[in-house]
Amino acid sequence: MASKNDQPTLPRAVSDQRSFQEVIADHLPRPATGRNTIVAFFIGGLICLVGQAIQNGYMALGFSKEDAANPTVATLILIASVVTALGGYDRFGQFAGAGAAVPVTGFANSIVSSAMERRTEGWILGVGAEMFRVAGPVIVFGVVAAFFVALIYAAIAAI
Amino acid sequence: MIFLWAFLVGGAICAVGQLLIDVAHLTAARVMVIFVVAGAILSGIGLYPKLIDFAGAGASVPITSFGNSLAHGAIAEVKRDGLIGAITGIFELTSAGISSAIVFGFLASLFARPRG
Repeated sequence: MASKNDQPTLPRAVSDQRSFQEVIADHLPRPATGRNTIVAFFIGGLICLVGQAIQNGYMALGFSKEDAANPTVATLILIASVVTALGGYDRFGQFAGAGAAVPVTGFANSIVSSAMERRTEGWILGVGAEMFRVAGPVIVFGVVAAFFVALIYAAIAAI
Repeated sequence: MIFLWAFLVGGAICAVGQLLIDVAHLTAARVMVIFVVAGAILSGIGLYPKLIDFAGAGASVPITSFGNSLAHGAIAEVKRDGLIGAITGIFELTSAGISSAIVFGFLASLFARPRG
């Protein structure tokens, strides 16, 4: 085992005793955290902006401010489903990262794309069973959290 | 003004999600679960409804809003019917999101084929 000091004339690649992981770390692409975060901010913000425009549209139709939120979410889900069915949301998701995944459109995309991809495995065990492959955990943990939040609320209210 | 806040708050929530993916090395699925649970807790302490008041769709479009709606519906029925409301009220407000995603997902698998 030659160390750096013993044989300083050897080429770097031979004399270097750095671990394999350290060596390849120099050559791997670094996650572009800054770029990713800025893109997620702008794309996520834009989707919310579109949502606000839709919500204002429903409010103009006579929905109250609170009642307008649900049809707005349904409309965004419809748009995301159509884009997913046409094959556009995957590329969009790769570009925008969390900007595409965190809004409710990403939730819809995960359900619609799972349903489409699993179609070849049949209606029952494919589409029916696999539709919630990604969205299922969100619903499970959301419901459990909401249940305990409501329990704690009831306990505090009872005191 | 609501449009500006919708953009800024919605964008900020997504940026936090991206940081969790890149810096904390979480998968997107984990981030979504964390956000839903966070939304439910923030709803319980009364903060998320205030954020929706302030930022409109900037707070009601990100997935955190789903957790808020779950907890909000449950708490509303706890107030009205007592403890059983924690079960009966959970899907009260989230029907639009879940039902439309199921129906559109089914229709898409009927009429569209995945590409690539």
